[in-house]
Amino acid sequence: MSSTTDTLGLASPRSPRSTPTGGVNWEKWGWIYMRASGVILVVLIFGHLFVNLMLGDGIKGIDFAFVGGKYAAPFWQIWDTAMLWLALIHGANGMRTLVNDYATHVVTQRVLKGALLFSVITLLTLGTLVIYTFDPCPAGAPANLLASFCPVV
Amino acid sequence: MAAATLSTPPAPKLDPLKTFTVTMIVRRFNPDLDDEPTWQDFDVEMYPTDRVLDALHKIKWEQDGSLTFRRSCAHGVCGSDAMRINGRNRLACKTLIKDLDITKPIYVEAIKGLPLEKDLVVDMEPFFESFRAVQPFLISSSKPEKERIQSATQRERFDDTTKCILCAACTSSCPVFWTDGQYFGPAAIVNAHRFIFDSRDEGAQVRLDILNDKEGVWRCRTTFNCSEACPRGIQVTQAISEVKAAILRGRP
Repeated sequence: MSSTTDTLGLASPRSPRSTPTGGVNWEKWGWIYMRASGVILVVLIFGHLFVNLMLGDGIKGIDFAFVGGKYAAPFWQIWDTAMLWLALIHGANGMRTLVNDYATHVVTQRVLKGALLFSVITLLTLGTLVIYTFDPCPAGAPANLLASFCPVV
Repeated sequence: MAAATLSTPPAPKLDPLKTFTVTMIVRRFNPDLDDEPTWQDFDVEMYPTDRVLDALHKIKWEQDGSLTFRRSCAHGVCGSDAMRINGRNRLACKTLIKDLDITKPIYVEAIKGLPLEKDLVVDMEPFFESFRAVQPFLISSSKPEKERIQSATQRERFDDTTKCILCAACTSSCPVFWTDGQYFGPAAIVNAHRFIFDSRDEGAQVRLDILNDKEGVWRCRTTFNCSEACPRGIQVTQAISEVKAAILRGRP
């Protein structure tokens, strides 16, 4: 019957089932994570948009100083870290299911999932680093590159 | 409710005694001769009271005896003749031709995701294998000496999922099942649901554990293809969600 499976381009369904690992049920926790992070993200993202776009001067108020001011406050640092981690992992997990759906080859699946994992880790590291080390007025920078609100040394 | 492929232009009142010609395009596959399935068209004279199954019969009996398909009761109970009609999974014996758009050809092919054997016949074994895996039978420690009493409300709890006829229309419409043949599929979960929520049954925990598998209910992405495909109108996606909730609770 190999010819029929070839015409469908699929392996025979339910060929030997993977043995239960007994460890963490990733598929279940992934499912729960998607729901939980989704609910939290609704609050975080709409809060973010409301504060940035509607409060105060609205969209006109957003400039370098605005971002610098936000990252000086621990409240917004934690808010943005939570948003970054929850959203990025949420999105990447969604992409993983897409890969499961559309990449039929095991090798393709591995490559795509590997690339996904790599980009998630890179972006999480870089993003978190920026949030906690952002300094709008770095010491020793030439005065003509500094923002106007920086104290003149 | 009806999707684009099904929706009819406001059907002109058809005279039940007058015939009309429809073109049936059937996906043929002969494993002895063909490498690939091919489409073949047939013109058939049909009455407005005829169903897709009647058209297939007419082709088989009058034009091409080699056309192969399954059917048994021909009245929507046995679940033998699920097929993909105009891109949607339905029972050939419950689909009236006049309800489809007869100004265009009607496409008929085998259900997807199961190994194709011949023409409209697929190998149902993988489907039944996952059905068996959920232990679809009453598990009880008490001896069957007297009747097992159940209130009307308790019976109501799983009434919807008792309607399943195992036609595979739902499972073979599921995009997860198409690519991941290991997934239990909606039909198996529906039949697990029927016993998990049965007050007389004691094996709910076993079935919940089976469906908590990597290839179990968590693979479901609530696409709703199964609910739309079910010829019995079972709310399949809802049943799957109830099983998910039961697993998270740890009890039915």
